[in-house]
Amino acid sequence: MNQIAQLAANGLMAGALLALSALGFNIIFAVLRISNFSIAAIITVGGYVGFIVNTMLGLPILVSVVVAFLAAGFVGVVSDHIALKPLRRYGPISVAIASLGVNMILENIVRFGFGNDMRSLDVPAQRDWLIAGLRIGPQQFYNFIVATVVMILLFGLLRFTRIGKAMRAVADNPSLADIKGINPTHVAQLAVFLGAGLAGMTGILLSLDTAVDPTMGMRMILSVFAGAVLGGLGSIPGAVAGGLLIGLAEEMSLLFMPVAYRSAIGFLVIVIALLFFPRGIFGDRTS
Amino acid sequence: MLSYLLVISTFTAIYALLALGLNLMWGMAGMVNLGILGYYALGGYVSALITVHLGYPIAVGMIAGTLAAAAFGAASCIGIVKLRDDYLAIVTLGFAEIMRVASENEISITNGTDGIGQIPRPAFFGTETVFNISYLGFCILAVVVVLLGMELIRTAPLGRVLRAIREDATVARTAGKDILRFQVLALTLGGGLMGFAGCLYVHYITYLSPEIFQPQLLIYVFFALILGGRGNNWGALVGTVLVMILVEGTRFVAQAVPGLTAVQVGALRALIIGVGLVVVMQWKPQGLFPEKKRSYRQPQSSGEMQSANNVVGESAQPYS
Repeated sequence: MNQIAQLAANGLMAGALLALSALGFNIIFAVLRISNFSIAAIITVGGYVGFIVNTMLGLPILVSVVVAFLAAGFVGVVSDHIALKPLRRYGPISVAIASLGVNMILENIVRFGFGNDMRSLDVPAQRDWLIAGLRIGPQQFYNFIVATVVMILLFGLLRFTRIGKAMRAVADNPSLADIKGINPTHVAQLAVFLGAGLAGMTGILLSLDTAVDPTMGMRMILSVFAGAVLGGLGSIPGAVAGGLLIGLAEEMSLLFMPVAYRSAIGFLVIVIALLFFPRGIFGDRTS
Repeated sequence: MLSYLLVISTFTAIYALLALGLNLMWGMAGMVNLGILGYYALGGYVSALITVHLGYPIAVGMIAGTLAAAAFGAASCIGIVKLRDDYLAIVTLGFAEIMRVASENEISITNGTDGIGQIPRPAFFGTETVFNISYLGFCILAVVVVLLGMELIRTAPLGRVLRAIREDATVARTAGKDILRFQVLALTLGGGLMGFAGCLYVHYITYLSPEIFQPQLLIYVFFALILGGRGNNWGALVGTVLVMILVEGTRFVAQAVPGLTAVQVGALRALIIGVGLVVVMQWKPQGLFPEKKRSYRQPQSSGEMQSANNVVGESAQPYS
């Protein structure tokens, strides 16, 4: 029983980071109707920005997280503008495949600059907390808190601000939003900025807990996609639920499967789920 | 230099088979499949295991590998044919990932990351060069046969149905076509073809490890088909040749830059290829040799019918 509670706690903490990236992926999908696979490399970029700001420049962690968010968002917007935007009129799959190319470009820029070595950020090693018989890693706990706060802020932004309402309007019906005077280009750029920024933030939070290396995004991305798909592509609450569920499922799988298959669990879950809900459990607003 | 050219040409022929298989699944039938390396690796593993562990001849291994991949292609339709483009892309990517994880961890079968060595080569008598030339000849023969077969499919009623499904599955179903059967057929044939390519690969380099799932190869094959022209078999072939020239060309470019480490050379090469993919997609979104529009004569009828779209083979949204 205690083991199950422990796995559930671990799963929620890992799932919060997956949810953050899945949210980024789904914000972009909701507004642009495209799958941006370069989110994987953006996670890595976020991790390395954190490494530069925190370890090389010696700035505090909180500053690093904010800078990683902004820098990753900027990289996302620039790469989208140069590489993907001109392809949108050829359909979503063109953009998705080009984004695989963008992913390869960004990942290898990082590799060119920093090599393949693992590098850790400048965080003091901390002993796990023991709370009610559960071992909780402090950094994982802080990450969970940060991810939760950011997701609440994002909901607030989408729900209550003018720009958030504009984004939801474009997601619901782009041509109607256009008629009402909402500039779809600006909304699209903001969606990509937020989406990439969230992925970058995932990257630095993950690297605070573990380390950075050029493939960190790729290792994580399939679980992120699984979360996004499970929740329903383009669904904001779906991304959070999907990310958390995939995180939980991956940890719970340790009860009956070898640890090596943890990354495959996400896919087993979504293949089974899609057999019953072909558009994800939270549906798909694009339908 | 000769042996380098022979090796690269052989790889080109093997990758051309992958591009042709992808053209059947995606170019003709419209199912984007990012899991193609799964079929490729499965064919390779089955053939390697049958020849190395069970000692059967290479021909038996290749046939078994091809059939296994074809069966997997048929089976994979269960999870994927109902899914729309983006869901399909992500799920198929996951299929290949599960297989990669399995190939790394089912050590009792695959020998894990150590890989399987001493996979037999076909016995062409003579020196290494004679072997390389003979094997290249065999691979080219395979490409020619497959290309002709694919052209037969494309021009036959079967190809027309596949294109109809690609353009609009609902209309094809209304016309009385059993969509699922044709989709399964495309996945089975395409999967088998990719499995066969995997067999050719392992019996050439005689070693197989989970590194066969290198993500760059997925990009190369899509790049080749997009560059050549999706839906066009000849385009798939020409695209593969051009992509391989680019891929190998970057080797010399990257090595010409002084003072780079091996990792940086690799990164620079991948970077150039990624840029190449994006540039080609923007510059020639339909590829160098776009699929020919197949226009049919307008039916002589009332004005309403005149507006009906009777152009097959051209999509309002290329690559969609």
